[in-house]
Amino acid sequence: MKRMKLVLVGNGMAGVRTLEELLKIAPDLYDITVFGAEPHPNYNRILLSPVLSGEQTVDDIVLNPLSWYEEHGIRLYLGKAVARIDRIRRCVVAGDGTEVQYDRLLLATGSLPFILPVPGKDLQGVVAYRDIADTEAMIDAAARYKHAVVIGGGLLGLEAANGLRQRGMQVTVVHIMPWLMERQLDEVAGGLLQKSLEARGIRFEIGAQTEALTGDDTGRVCAVRFKDGREIAADLVVMAAGIRPNTALAEAAGLHLNRGIVVNDTLQTVTDPRIYAVGECAAHRGIAYGLVAPLFEQGKVCATHLAHFGIGRYTGSQTSTKLKVTGIDLFSAGDFMGGEGAEEIVLSDPYAGVYKKLVIKDDKLISACLYGDTVDGSWYFKLLRQGRKVGELRDKLMFGENNLGDAGHEGHSRAAGMADSDEVCGCNGVTKGTICKAIKDKGLFTLDEVRKHTKASASCGSCTGLVEQLLMFTAGGDYSAAPKTKAMCGCTDLGHQAVRDAIRDMHLLSIDAVYQSLDWRTPNGCASCRPAVNYYLISSWPKEAKDDPQSRFINERSHANIQKDGTYSVIPRMWGGMTSAAELRRIADTVDKYKIPAVKVTGGQRLDLLGVKKEDLPAVWKEIGMPSGHAYAKALRTVKTCVGSEWCRFGTQDSTKMGQDLERALWRMYAPHKVKLAVSGCPRNCAESGIKDVGVIGVDSGWEIHIAGNAGIKSEVAQFFVKVKTPDEVLEYSGAFLQLYREEGWYLERTVHYVARVGMAHVKAKVLDDAEGRRALWERLQFALDGEPDPWFEFDKAQVDLRQFEPLRAVVPIKEIA
Amino acid sequence: MNDWTVVCRVDDIPVLGARRVAREQGAAVAVFRSADDSIFALLDRCPHKGGPLSQGIVTADGVACPLHNWTIGLADGCARAPDVGCTPKFAVRVADGQVMLDAQELLHHAVEAATV
Repeated sequence: MKRMKLVLVGNGMAGVRTLEELLKIAPDLYDITVFGAEPHPNYNRILLSPVLSGEQTVDDIVLNPLSWYEEHGIRLYLGKAVARIDRIRRCVVAGDGTEVQYDRLLLATGSLPFILPVPGKDLQGVVAYRDIADTEAMIDAAARYKHAVVIGGGLLGLEAANGLRQRGMQVTVVHIMPWLMERQLDEVAGGLLQKSLEARGIRFEIGAQTEALTGDDTGRVCAVRFKDGREIAADLVVMAAGIRPNTALAEAAGLHLNRGIVVNDTLQTVTDPRIYAVGECAAHRGIAYGLVAPLFEQGKVCATHLAHFGIGRYTGSQTSTKLKVTGIDLFSAGDFMGGEGAEEIVLSDPYAGVYKKLVIKDDKLISACLYGDTVDGSWYFKLLRQGRKVGELRDKLMFGENNLGDAGHEGHSRAAGMADSDEVCGCNGVTKGTICKAIKDKGLFTLDEVRKHTKASASCGSCTGLVEQLLMFTAGGDYSAAPKTKAMCGCTDLGHQAVRDAIRDMHLLSIDAVYQSLDWRTPNGCASCRPAVNYYLISSWPKEAKDDPQSRFINERSHANIQKDGTYSVIPRMWGGMTSAAELRRIADTVDKYKIPAVKVTGGQRLDLLGVKKEDLPAVWKEIGMPSGHAYAKALRTVKTCVGSEWCRFGTQDSTKMGQDLERALWRMYAPHKVKLAVSGCPRNCAESGIKDVGVIGVDSGWEIHIAGNAGIKSEVAQFFVKVKTPDEVLEYSGAFLQLYREEGWYLERTVHYVARVGMAHVKAKVLDDAEGRRALWERLQFALDGEPDPWFEFDKAQVDLRQFEPLRAVVPIKEIA
Repeated sequence: MNDWTVVCRVDDIPVLGARRVAREQGAAVAVFRSADDSIFALLDRCPHKGGPLSQGIVTADGVACPLHNWTIGLADGCARAPDVGCTPKFAVRVADGQVMLDAQELLHHAVEAATV
């Protein structure tokens, strides 16, 4: 097939990122040509500030070296600006006459600095702060001159001022607005920022209006004059008063403009669908974004469309800002002005230099402005993007995520304060140094990329916040955070909820039907989506959708726990933790007979037989003669009990019996993740009900039910749910809650995360307030579990493929062939 | 010249699944069956920590190791980027619904790979 021709105009971060995304999914679809006006390969424009301040070099910030273009067969024209687009002949023409045909054209021309229209703006020594050439001109000036004036006290201007100051110049920032960074900070935070920059020797002219730049007799700028007549010396003037989308080329080609090149949700220009625009030059729903995260989200959608996967839609982004001035911590996101109905929570500690303002509206966080302590910036930003209700967190919100409990990290939450050798990811043993190096060397921007390259945060995820902080510190403030709805995996752009909804609404009954109806990118999915989709099918349509063992993780396919050496462990079910001499004798005999190397008592009050060979599993199950413990599955694990009123002198209720009843009612129950229960016979709580998915505590007058506890990665105390009188009610309420979780939970989401996502109020409304709904939930669970087979004995019914336990051997003895 | 020996029928391997071929010496060989009935054979050891690939989830062109979820290409035995490493592959022939491996390879190929 003849390849189509794609031309990219603008060799910057947005355009090249789009190409990278495109090459990932459709490497052979296009012949690609790139025009770049600058003489450099694609570099990280965000990091110009560290280059200016001398903390990094130009080479450090190159994202795609020339060899990258070569490897991918991309024709690259550097230092060659495109002069016009001929939409009739479908070609672009460069200034020197170079002409290239296109089938698809991608405009990523970025933006131009706004130059104040004042007399003297064309003098030597007046520069913008936009690209490597500007940066080099500033570094050069810093070596030869003394006085610098930066016009504009926004993010860019302050970073420029700081860099020039660090290079030894006397710097004055001229800012016409009443305080610094007025679009990101309120007056208090702006004032704090000014104070700490003043302490570094930067001077400010706040509210001053520039009237003219005056030059000396060599034609170089020598002073800035204000409206009030004052003048200050200036050998270098940096214009940092904002940027404007660079749209001249598009305008000349007759493309519709409105504060940028107007594009639709697939990033096609509204005028000509063959032409796409991404990045700072594009106006999407009236907004031209100037930060990198939205540009990357755009690039991803644009790439899928260019690759003929027309499924992605870009629906806009929320942005956050972090000032990249070493030693000053400042974070801002959202609309801090709030408007009507907005409420503010403010923490101000001027002595420690800390100021935090959170703005809440309609029970949602809409803005966070942090100064001096920005550790929780990424967490606030996540809450903001998710639009999650924060009512339940409100009293603790100001004190940050760490305050909500983070047992796994012993307070190691301040990424900046950690040493390079400190471990960030405990699961995979990844240090801060390794992560920062990978971010720098490989040009990583997203959490997913860091996970792929370093494994940090790729297992349990409890260090995700830390890794996000490291991304912020290392890659620059506006790294690309995960989008609002996280795709299930690389096979689709749909999130878990969308897939669940589609399975229910479209009555989909097989994995193939899901993949076809929802335009999956891969024919057979991957190891992430297949088990999830399989679970959604069987939980949405019990008795209708057929379980697919090949889409289950090995533990649920072979009904035992795989161990690191490839052997398995077997945990027989002991109802409520009770066993007998006969059971123990059979277990002991089986351990001897099959030479099982280890026997251990588990945390859930069961016996774990470790090191069983796969070939021996069916025989071991048979000889033990006890039901499957499901200790290998995303399912009900165990119900832990104390001895209760039968034996205990403090017991108020028969917790053992209650636990056994619960376990018999719920065993074989598959769920989004593992489910653990406990029943204690009195508030002394010997069965540790406080850290279980459902924890039941007997009290004199009945039973308390607590839900959504967790003893895992992050200890979470279960929340009180309801108090009931009878054992039957315990069954009904617990079962209804678990069925709600089964129907609404996302795959691999524990109850604690599920309840945090949907809110306790939702769960209470469904299970407590709606008696009919509760009974219906409990009935649906019983319907789903009715007749479910025991996979250790009913092989056919449970679809246990017995062939897996038999190794194959060459049919003809090899020595006879040889 | 290959020295083909029958190990099983195509139908003996589950679709999007695998079987293990035990050997006199060395780790077993995993034989995989894709959705379109293509058959692949790799040493049954992940290049990462030696996990049994035959127990993983099989996709169109790869298998996810059950221990730490590395994805190994069925055709080349190599880990998907950014993971690095390859497991030895074995020649396979399918005729009349029979799956055959090379007897000499079964005897000698990658027998020295250390067991974990």
